[in-house]
Amino acid sequence: MFHCLFSWVCIKALLFCMCILPFALTFTLTMAQAKDIKSESILSGQVLFQKKCAVCHGNEGAGGVGVPLNLNDFLSTTSDYYLYQTIKMGRPGRIMPDFAVLSEEQIQSIIHYIRSWKPEIKAPVYSRERIAGDVSKGQAVYESICINCHREKAMGGKGTGVTFSRPRDAELIAPAAGNPAFLAAASDQMIKKIIMTGRESTPMLPAKSMGLKEVDVDNVVSYLRSLENNTVNNPSNESKSDEAVLMFESSYSVEETIENIKQAALGYNFRYIREQTLNQGFVDKAEESNAEYLIYFCNFTFLNQALSIDPRIGMFLPFRATIVKKGDTVLVMTVNPDYLCSMFNNDELKQSCEFMSEKYEAMLEESTL
Amino acid sequence: MMASTLFAMSGAQAEHQELIMGRSAEAFPETMSALQEEIKKAGYTISIVQRVDIGLTGMGFQTDKYRVVFFGKPEEIKMLPQKYPKLTPYLPLAIAIFAEKDETILTAMSPHFIEHTYAPASDTNNAELHDILQRWQKDIESIIEKVSYLE
Repeated sequence: MFHCLFSWVCIKALLFCMCILPFALTFTLTMAQAKDIKSESILSGQVLFQKKCAVCHGNEGAGGVGVPLNLNDFLSTTSDYYLYQTIKMGRPGRIMPDFAVLSEEQIQSIIHYIRSWKPEIKAPVYSRERIAGDVSKGQAVYESICINCHREKAMGGKGTGVTFSRPRDAELIAPAAGNPAFLAAASDQMIKKIIMTGRESTPMLPAKSMGLKEVDVDNVVSYLRSLENNTVNNPSNESKSDEAVLMFESSYSVEETIENIKQAALGYNFRYIREQTLNQGFVDKAEESNAEYLIYFCNFTFLNQALSIDPRIGMFLPFRATIVKKGDTVLVMTVNPDYLCSMFNNDELKQSCEFMSEKYEAMLEESTL
Repeated sequence: MMASTLFAMSGAQAEHQELIMGRSAEAFPETMSALQEEIKKAGYTISIVQRVDIGLTGMGFQTDKYRVVFFGKPEEIKMLPQKYPKLTPYLPLAIAIFAEKDETILTAMSPHFIEHTYAPASDTNNAELHDILQRWQKDIESIIEKVSYLE
């Protein structure tokens, strides 16, 4: 009896070893491997995030030039599909460039890293089903509430998030919900969820607290969706000015040209800052050459406004006229803001750049004719 | 101190990156001195530091710390304007540096951005300038990367 029982136990053990254990081990290994792969992906995502995203979104997604990514409300309402498309397409005209050069795997690893900040928050998945709301009713609600932050046709709040641009009384500059890339990335269901939930640390309260019913939210979503082809939110594809510099040949001597520029700049409300030879600071004072001469002017009100729109523009401001003597020719030049503006992917800045180019051109023309 | 970030952003449809950007986890004064040190280590001379914030506050505007550091190599500053006058408005090279809360952001124009105008790779007549722009690109990236990863 004992022998039989022992044999039966042995057979069962043998069967377990032969049949169940390999599966169990395989399953355990697969789980472990998957965990390893995910950890590796998070690590490579961290490296990519630091290289590509952190400069604007902050080292740990707290925000800066770009929106904060580590808020509970953000992580719990945005889908991975939305994050993927946003990274891939950027936000045309709204500073964030596209990262189309990144592979699918690289983008996924960035998303894994972002999700690793708050692993307890599960990434929502939304259907792509459209909401059939009433566009005109949605527009009425939008224009009575949302427009205050998101502006006309949901073009988004002004400026960027850096402290230079604005006080830190809000975590977010209202996103451009009418931007075509936003609408391509966000499903109607996701937009609805965001409006229903609200956004912590911002004036955007949950829909209920703003007195909105679900049907009102549906209408707003449909209104936003109707903006997909709106020209306000579709940055023009006009090519930038081809001229990297604005250049005029002066009919005057170097000294006369310098005086003319000073007079012209004052006439355009620019304040004289300083003048120097180009090689000042590079050679001893006695070796400085007047062949290349720089004069700096500033319109501080304009400078302040331009920096509020995008602080990075400061690398070309204030206005600097460069005078170069080449043989008998006196050339007066300056960088062309309209040409440089395209590097910022900031539609709002475009107008300022065009304004600057016009003023600079007029000043240089006036001082050289 | 946690290492901070580099790097560059590519413009919408650009083949090359158009802006070189970095974020230092250090405060403005530390980052500013590290930037100046790295510029010198890379073999460049700093000609002037433009104090944008001082000018703005002097005129009654509120602003955080904001400077532009101008730098170059003396021999290039001497040679380039005579050989390539239209490049002169882009000289000396510049890196803008501004505070963001307790951290600091650095921004520079990518020399690749003006490459197609001044010295496209296909134009063998401007091979010398093309090489210079390539080197500037590498150097500015390296400077900003090193400052961004301050320890």
